[in-house]
Amino acid sequence: MNILAIDTSNETLSIAILKNKNLVATITTNQSKNHSVTLMPQIANLLKQVNMSITEIDRFVVAKGPGSYTGLRIGVTTAKTFAYTLSKELVGVSSLAVLAAPINEVNTVIIPIFDARRDNVFAGAYLRENNQLKNVIVDQHIPLEKLLEKLSDYKRLFFVGVDSHKFAERIKIVLKDKEIQFSANELDYPQAYYLGIMGLAQEPVDIHSFVPKYLRLTQAESQWLEKNQESNDESLVEKI
Amino acid sequence: MGNGEKKRELILAFESSCDETSVAVIEDGNKILSNVVATQVKSHKRFGGVVPEVASRHHIEQVTLCLADAMEEAKVTYNDLSAVAVTYGPGLVGALLVGVASAKVVAYAHNLPLIPVNHMAGHIYAARFKSEIKFPAIALLVSGGHTELVYMARENSYQIIGETRDDAAGEAYDKIGRVLGLKYPAGKNIDEMAHEGADTFAFPRAMMKEENFDFSFSGLKSAFINTVHHAEQVNEKLNVNDLAASFQQSVVDVLVYKTERALNDFSVKQLILAGGVAANQGLRDGLDELIGKYSGIELLKAPLNLCGDNAAMIGAAGFVAWKNGESADLSLNADPSLEFEWI
Repeated sequence: MNILAIDTSNETLSIAILKNKNLVATITTNQSKNHSVTLMPQIANLLKQVNMSITEIDRFVVAKGPGSYTGLRIGVTTAKTFAYTLSKELVGVSSLAVLAAPINEVNTVIIPIFDARRDNVFAGAYLRENNQLKNVIVDQHIPLEKLLEKLSDYKRLFFVGVDSHKFAERIKIVLKDKEIQFSANELDYPQAYYLGIMGLAQEPVDIHSFVPKYLRLTQAESQWLEKNQESNDESLVEKI
Repeated sequence: MGNGEKKRELILAFESSCDETSVAVIEDGNKILSNVVATQVKSHKRFGGVVPEVASRHHIEQVTLCLADAMEEAKVTYNDLSAVAVTYGPGLVGALLVGVASAKVVAYAHNLPLIPVNHMAGHIYAARFKSEIKFPAIALLVSGGHTELVYMARENSYQIIGETRDDAAGEAYDKIGRVLGLKYPAGKNIDEMAHEGADTFAFPRAMMKEENFDFSFSGLKSAFINTVHHAEQVNEKLNVNDLAASFQQSVVDVLVYKTERALNDFSVKQLILAGGVAANQGLRDGLDELIGKYSGIELLKAPLNLCGDNAAMIGAAGFVAWKNGESADLSLNADPSLEFEWI
């Protein structure tokens, strides 16, 4: 099976082509100022370099969130339109799991983190068991302090992602009696090869209903829900 | 083809600049094979106006569904298509990006040219579904986001000759609608109320004396709000239909007057009325009256069902751009503040 894996969920843009578990080609860019401008030319270039046509891709795998709302929408719209228009498979994988995937530590809880501003983070916790990643704290939008509370049951912790360094001091203070490691170098950034590997193992999803996992309501919607609890169950979008 | 049969040129068009997701298939630039529109108006009613992040989220829910329905209704395959057209601005950036990303994928996956379309050119070309556009022409474009006069010397040429200095006309309708306690979007409601009332309040007509083709509606809006608030303070009950009629008459007078000036300065064959507010009956009547003064100029009004945002109009404008050799590469980005050039 040929896979095209796309991660545009944060500043890093990463794309990979896989033949089953084998890497065919990949490119990871930390200088992509605008994923809307760079994503499609990079996909076209990567395919060209390995003499493949987009029609040879059997499965599109995309990092589905959390992350930057705009970045997620560019990646997810691109992947779901490819899958739909070429009648191929679509798989979504947690953007946090992608960061956790290359960390090869056992008996250690792996915590990928994205900064969500104002002392909030997008984070989850994963354990490596039988060479599989097992999610032990579900991906969520959470104040950093609360996340650290939830992690106090674990002895060995491995924080992943370029944003984890921003919180290193506070993590070390709050979890001072734990064995703590942080990612470094290329492990700070998502690599679409691992996204592809994880996507290979999952079942395809329904294409039309697939949307990013923002893990946060918009401010307008949460304020509206406070005042109008469940009073609107009719469809919000209609064909005219 | 064969048997001397002319090949039909089909454009697949995407529109997602604000709160409607739309995909259409247009034949030869003037025939609608499908025009699927998913509107979010019910969702944004909750907030009294369009919330950009909510709009972007709805677009991604709808885009492939609209594409599927548009292709199916048109009974065409990707092999039948000549090009893919997409609105790349102006509009809400997050909303535009969904249509742009999707259109780029379809164009690349099926080896089709990608045609970038200015949303305002799309509005003008909604009129193409009524009859042919004759050049030179002037278009009065009135919507929730824009109010402008556009000169078209020839096909695929658009130059602004005047625009609003502050609020768009449609924006003013929504704002005074809120003051009157009407549900968003209020334009249609105010239009109907205006027809039950009379112009009794003598609201200002802005920039009528200035030697240009620009508009202003914020002064009118303030005058309206002051009138309503003052009446509330002194416990006076105003006739809301008269308020609506007075507001609308002021808007229509300014739009008609500036259009008249443009018709006097530019020698044109057609006046085109387009944009969301082009559905307004008061404005349609006002321009009918104006055009009666000019024997050589035809008034071409966008069909009522195509005045709002839709991809059919993007397909019609995209067809003209495509015929004129325009295309974009895969780096096409959304441009939220895209504008025609000034004359």
